Amino acid sequence: MIEARGLTKRYGGKTAVDHADFTVLPGRVTGFLGPNGAGKSTTMRMVLGLDRPTAGQVTVNGRPYRSLAAPLREVGALLDAKAVHGGRSARNHLLVLAKSNGIPKRRVDEMLDLVGLRSVAKKPFRGFSLGMGQRLGIAAALLGDPGVLMFDEPVNGLDPEGILWIRTLMRGLAREGRTVFVSSHLMSEMALTADHLVVIGRGRILADTGTREFIDANATSHVLVRSPQLAELARHLTARGHRVEGDPAGGLRVTGVPAADIGDIAADNGLRLHELATVQPSLEEAFMRLTGDTVEYHAATPQPSPPQTPPAQDPPTLPQAPPQDPPTLPQGPPPAPPQAPPPSPVPVSDAGGTPTPPDGVPITPQNGPTQTTGNPGWGLT
Amino acid sequence: MSDATAAKPAKRMRFANVLSAEWTKILTVKSTFWTLFAGAVVLIGFSALWALAFSASFDDMSSNDRATFTPMLPIQAAFYFAMVIFGALGVLVITAEYASGMIRTTLTAVPRRVTYLAAKTVVLGVVVLLVGLAVSFASFYASQLILATKGLDGSLGDRGVLRAVIGGGVYLALIAILALAVGTLLRHTAGSIVVVFVLMFVLGIVGGFLPGSWGDTVNKYLPSNAGSAILSPTRQQGELAPWTGLALFAAYTLVLLAAALVLFKRRDA
Repeated sequence: MIEARGLTKRYGGKTAVDHADFTVLPGRVTGFLGPNGAGKSTTMRMVLGLDRPTAGQVTVNGRPYRSLAAPLREVGALLDAKAVHGGRSARNHLLVLAKSNGIPKRRVDEMLDLVGLRSVAKKPFRGFSLGMGQRLGIAAALLGDPGVLMFDEPVNGLDPEGILWIRTLMRGLAREGRTVFVSSHLMSEMALTADHLVVIGRGRILADTGTREFIDANATSHVLVRSPQLAELARHLTARGHRVEGDPAGGLRVTGVPAADIGDIAADNGLRLHELATVQPSLEEAFMRLTGDTVEYHAATPQPSPPQTPPAQDPPTLPQAPPQDPPTLPQGPPPAPPQAPPPSPVPVSDAGGTPTPPDGVPITPQNGPTQTTGNPGWGLT
Repeated sequence: MSDATAAKPAKRMRFANVLSAEWTKILTVKSTFWTLFAGAVVLIGFSALWALAFSASFDDMSSNDRATFTPMLPIQAAFYFAMVIFGALGVLVITAEYASGMIRTTLTAVPRRVTYLAAKTVVLGVVVLLVGLAVSFASFYASQLILATKGLDGSLGDRGVLRAVIGGGVYLALIAILALAVGTLLRHTAGSIVVVFVLMFVLGIVGGFLPGSWGDTVNKYLPSNAGSAILSPTRQQGELAPWTGLALFAAYTLVLLAAALVLFKRRDA
């Protein structure tokens, strides 16, 4: 268990972490979500006693990290996969760590087998690829069989197979009853991996809640309808007071009505439907909604434009498919689709300062509960 | 609590564990061997070279120089050039950790920083002491072999010679520890090596140019001159007494180490 209370870190005048309160509980994967520069790594370094908090405190299993009896037996951490002496072999690197905490030597070979680095165990680290480095970092983290695990951006730079491996590993570790705290700025990855979320933005904790709850609270689902008689269907729906918007990819987005009702309305009016699907909101959408209030800078979001405006070529955000629980795939070449990193969610200014709108483009805070991120220019109402 | 660690008794790690880890660490990188090898080659090689030079030109030396000649002189000259190399090892064992980021991994494993730096100091000290003693004796024997051609050689049984040869090994270990302190303070390889070079080499030359009696006084208290006093079989003009000099050098080392420890404890890794 990791507990932060009033955790604060200032570097000169800049506040990297601002009175952070959160608790990371065992038995589940807790995602630490935030844009780059939000304070995730600083927080993790403070958890590990590497950086001293300016104020507040953080404990692991009830004690400050520096007073743990044998830290590697309680906490395993992967902060930076490249933080290994280039001339030392993988095996010797693990051996050094094992010896420092009185961990039996056989664990070194076990971990090398687990992460699949046995064949290169005697090679100097400097020849390792990023993926191999990540695997060595995971091996180091698991060396002491710790109950608490922390990973800072573990899937950065990994290929799909590596990503799937880490995702499965983290979920497995949580299932064993361990505390798993993993940071990422990749929301699609977090949606797949994390049961619980601690969301951080500009050093402040914005949410500490379940992943599902977080999405439900910060974004709404809608029903996607496609029909050759779309305009007529839209008229019927708006006549009943339902909110209808155009979907950037064609079709209608209807919010606040179950799909069944829309189907009935279509049938009652003899309208043909080509598609009728409930679309769950994405974590990305929820995150943007939440940070829309706290982030001072936005990328330009088009204002509602007159209906005649031709459709935009490239809508700023597409609704994502509902997050699926990661399938536990059989061994072998994984058919998992590569997790394409989502477009940088919300540009966050590092400097404190007053917000300055980019040239002439007004800033639109996205805090309306029913507003979608699709281009409103598509509206058929 | 369902936490998996709650039930597991964590065996408290001991200083011996950290020592063993640091021991493995210093022996599992090639730079340790190359640095020590370079130090050994330069020290033994220059001792032999100077012995050759003294043997060849002894007859041309002034009677005063001939009177003050000791069989340790070639080694003393060689130390001047070789000791910085042993300092480089002291710098590297800590700055290499900062350069690679390994220091964060290390301090995650050993968060008690005093324990960590103490273990590192002990391991470095022991390694350089053992190698330093061996190299010091080797330099002595190599140079005596050459000096013997002119009958200038001495033996370990001569007054102060054994102390000087053993003292040489101790001196090298202290130099490495001083360099470790500098490396911990600066956290940067090149910068630290320059500082060690200035402390151990440049200052000694600068001191030699200082005029007057105050110059002589300052000169003998400079780190490299104080430390080198241990290498003279008998106390020389303008030198501290052998053990006094080495003790002063140890004090310099301790002060730097204490400063390094204070900053190391306080700073973010």
